[in-house]
Amino acid sequence: MMASGHAALRAVSKLGAAASLLALAACGTPPVQTGTNDPQEQVNRERHEFNKRFDTALVKPVSQGYGRVVPGPVRTGVNNFADNLDLPGDALNGVFQGRPVAALENTARFVVNSTIGVLGIFDPASSMGLRGKPTDFGETLYTWGVGEGQYVEHPFFGPSTERDTYGAIVDYATNPVRLLVPSPERSIGTVAEGGSKLGDRYEYSDTIDSVLYESADSYAQTRLLYLQNRRYALGGGGEASGDDFIDPYADAGGAAPADFIDPYEDSNAQ
Amino acid sequence: MPSDISFAAPLNRRAFGGILLAGGMALALPRASHAQSADAARQLVTNAVGEVNRIIASGQPESAMLAAFERVFANYADVPTIARSTLGVAARQASQAQLSAYTQAYQGYVSRKYGRRFREFAGGQIEVTSVQPLKSYFEVVSTAYLRNKNPADVRWHVSQKGGQAKFFNIIIEGVNMLASERTEVQAILDQNRGNIDALTQALSRA
Repeated sequence: MMASGHAALRAVSKLGAAASLLALAACGTPPVQTGTNDPQEQVNRERHEFNKRFDTALVKPVSQGYGRVVPGPVRTGVNNFADNLDLPGDALNGVFQGRPVAALENTARFVVNSTIGVLGIFDPASSMGLRGKPTDFGETLYTWGVGEGQYVEHPFFGPSTERDTYGAIVDYATNPVRLLVPSPERSIGTVAEGGSKLGDRYEYSDTIDSVLYESADSYAQTRLLYLQNRRYALGGGGEASGDDFIDPYADAGGAAPADFIDPYEDSNAQ
Repeated sequence: MPSDISFAAPLNRRAFGGILLAGGMALALPRASHAQSADAARQLVTNAVGEVNRIIASGQPESAMLAAFERVFANYADVPTIARSTLGVAARQASQAQLSAYTQAYQGYVSRKYGRRFREFAGGQIEVTSVQPLKSYFEVVSTAYLRNKNPADVRWHVSQKGGQAKFFNIIIEGVNMLASERTEVQAILDQNRGNIDALTQALSRA
């Protein structure tokens, strides 16, 4: 799984090229979008029903089998391994976003977990305070000022937006691990990715079931959850940390966050 | 500016001190009650979480736990305001009797819906990290530590309307519970052709 010295050198030169793009990323981060932009709702709803049938027939039962058969620590190892393979891509995106601190943290995390963590199966980096900053090219596009676009629910892949769809395609095409690791070893990563997805479906089974099968309008709930959580992540999570520090005192007098609802000022209030 | 100087001249030191003191008081008074309100908001969240943890740890049968969760929800949340908000425009056409019947049904429905999933919260801790003013309310910022889960950012929107601190929204990792509840209630209302009484019936059964 380890990249050869030559390959590592190529990765470094790629990072160098990426750094020159920093100037492009210097433009301001746009405000996080609010509201719902879903003109393709009919098509999306059909795909949502398809995804639910796919989950009922295959993903849910297989994930339950996986969760019952594979012991918890092994599932954690699979998740760690898959997450670790995302880190080079995360670091690259951090550079594109002009967030050198995040890029360095992801790089350090990758180095620690790939070596001491035995190819990423264990996660000693987290206990060293290197929790990582998961990101993607969709976020990079956001920092470059690209708008969110329409909401989309894809068959198999689920909820997304136009921006995040392009981001996912670019992430897949430019994934350093996929480009640098030779093909038989690479398939281990794909398998781990699948296992990690099944593990998540098993781990968050109650939450996912309540949204998909117990809510009155699972399409609308999925769309709301996806958009709100995604926008929250893009806004830096409101956390005062590293390079996305937000001053709570500066916030207090300014506009209320997008997720603020004032039920007392409803038009229907008395 | 010359006008400033001519204005300042007749002010002797005592008068100036008096104005400063009065001004300081005027500034300090609302600030003191502000701090009290912030403390009340923080206390509200800490107490609510403490009660939920005690109920889970009590090990009583699930039906008793759900009833206990409902009491906590009724005591700590502004249920009438939340309930009316989930109804949307339908609240305007509802009679007072329909509204209070709906509020009652909604209170039980929410307590059962989230209460049934108490196991996910068992052993969980919520640490209040800060309280900040938000419009005329407070936002209590906390971190939830649940077993085997990454720490989650949980924000509580607290109002003091009616003199008592009550929360009216919870935002978990950016997901707004009031918005989610509105979507859900509107969908059930649509399924019942906009009939509030039928909606109330549906929530009582759910």
